Amino acid sequence: MDSTMLPEVTAVGVIIKAVLILAVIAAIAGFGTYIERKILAFMQRRLGPQHVGPYGLLQLAADGIKLFTKEDIIPQHANKIIFAVAPVITAATAFIALAAVPVFPGFTIPLVDVYVPSIASDINVGILFVLGMMAAGLYGPLLAGMAQANKWGILGSARTAIQFLSYEVVTGLSILAPIMMVGSLSFVDFNDYQADGTWLVVYQPVAFVLFLIAGFAETNRTPFDLLEHEAEVISGYVTEYSGMRWGLFFIGEYANMITIGVIASVVFLGGYNDFWIFPGWLMIIGKIAFSFFFMLWVRAAWPHVRPDQLMWLCWKVLMPLAVINVVITGLVMMII
Amino acid sequence: MYEVIAFYVFAVSTTILFTITAMSKNVLYAMSSLAAGMVMISGLFFLLGADFLGVVQLIVYVGAVMALYAFAMMFFDATKDIKERHQNAPLVFLLGGLMAVLFVVMFSAPIIGDNIQALYPYAVDEFGNSIKNAEYVGMILFTKYLIPFEVAAVMLLVAMIAGIILAGKKMDYSLTECEVSDEELKVEELDIAEKLKKEEA
Repeated sequence: MDSTMLPEVTAVGVIIKAVLILAVIAAIAGFGTYIERKILAFMQRRLGPQHVGPYGLLQLAADGIKLFTKEDIIPQHANKIIFAVAPVITAATAFIALAAVPVFPGFTIPLVDVYVPSIASDINVGILFVLGMMAAGLYGPLLAGMAQANKWGILGSARTAIQFLSYEVVTGLSILAPIMMVGSLSFVDFNDYQADGTWLVVYQPVAFVLFLIAGFAETNRTPFDLLEHEAEVISGYVTEYSGMRWGLFFIGEYANMITIGVIASVVFLGGYNDFWIFPGWLMIIGKIAFSFFFMLWVRAAWPHVRPDQLMWLCWKVLMPLAVINVVITGLVMMII
Repeated sequence: MYEVIAFYVFAVSTTILFTITAMSKNVLYAMSSLAAGMVMISGLFFLLGADFLGVVQLIVYVGAVMALYAFAMMFFDATKDIKERHQNAPLVFLLGGLMAVLFVVMFSAPIIGDNIQALYPYAVDEFGNSIKNAEYVGMILFTKYLIPFEVAAVMLLVAMIAGIILAGKKMDYSLTECEVSDEELKVEELDIAEKLKKEEA
């Protein structure tokens, strides 16, 4: 980043940014449950939550009270320390990943003259850091399933290991082609590359679709939510969890959905550049909101897949496609 | 100042976590502390300014290698303690200690001899443009270490082909649509039922 162009990034600015991310994302993650239930209900011709507050808006508060006051159960033969640590890993890795993601464009707070950067920590390998942190997030479900001395839990964590390991390959390979075009691993460079208004999805449609599919698998969303597939493994890795420990898994899942949304927006959909008359911050919020809505839409539209279909899709369809996409991108870049 | 504090935090926690890995009798503790220690080591890489290596440490060791260990652990009850058999404790202690000393000598000898030099110690090239960490790694890999890099690539290719051959014996038909495998399962079920009957008798 050119330090001459932008105001200096101070520690206060970074802290404000971190608090901003935590507050906004945690609030969205809570509110997301309400939106998810409402949207799913409308798509399935139901009404959804409507009894608590106007239009059921206070359902969120009711759910929170329920989660906090529920009895906290640790099974008798479970490994207590690991059982308690596992939900924290999910939530923590989801939020750490957000530290290297640009959520809004940088701005200066007017009166106190503090510059708040667009990324809390602009390390120059941002994309890899986010992917690595999401990869580390697999320890939440994995340890949860193994610590609870429950066969459904073990099945859930076995599925976690297979699904996350396999789809990380697709995520990495699909995002490799845009990285080759931009020639940088920093999200800011991706954003600046698309500053002329041509989104990268125009050049890389295949990579975009592959990334979205793999993103569904990595965030454990519906066509691929085999980790806690009710009909087969009760609740998978969350079978024995209750109350706020379960709530932490939930918050982590929603934060991961938002992270995938941010990566898709910044890498493929033009980032936080101004578009026509819309300012950049509105554009990025709109894109993240749309990708969030897209995940709910898919959940309402498609059924689960079987585990063997999941592996078939990953290794026989998506991974070869991603490799071919990388090779073709390289050839085209070499010729042009 | 912050870097010194951060270094001691990462160093002490790495040591403690790896000690738990070596000392614990519970597999679950050993595996989770090993994974957490790997995360702490990537923190040390970040402190040294080697962002790329730090991230690779995260992706490869935490995301892939440790997850494979965990996958192997699915086959037994991870919540129970393991009874370890030490047949010759002094010998194990001696060999382990010797290996530790050997590693320390191997890694510290070049430092003592001042033979380690950073090839690209500055974040700015001769024209004044800033170079990014991943670019350093790329430059060194494709100039000084080109042959080891290519050899490693060929080795990985060989390993991948071997893995596919070992695992892919029945990959060309779907197990769920295959009637032969259903019949095999039925035969196995019958066998198990017969065995149970014999045991009851």
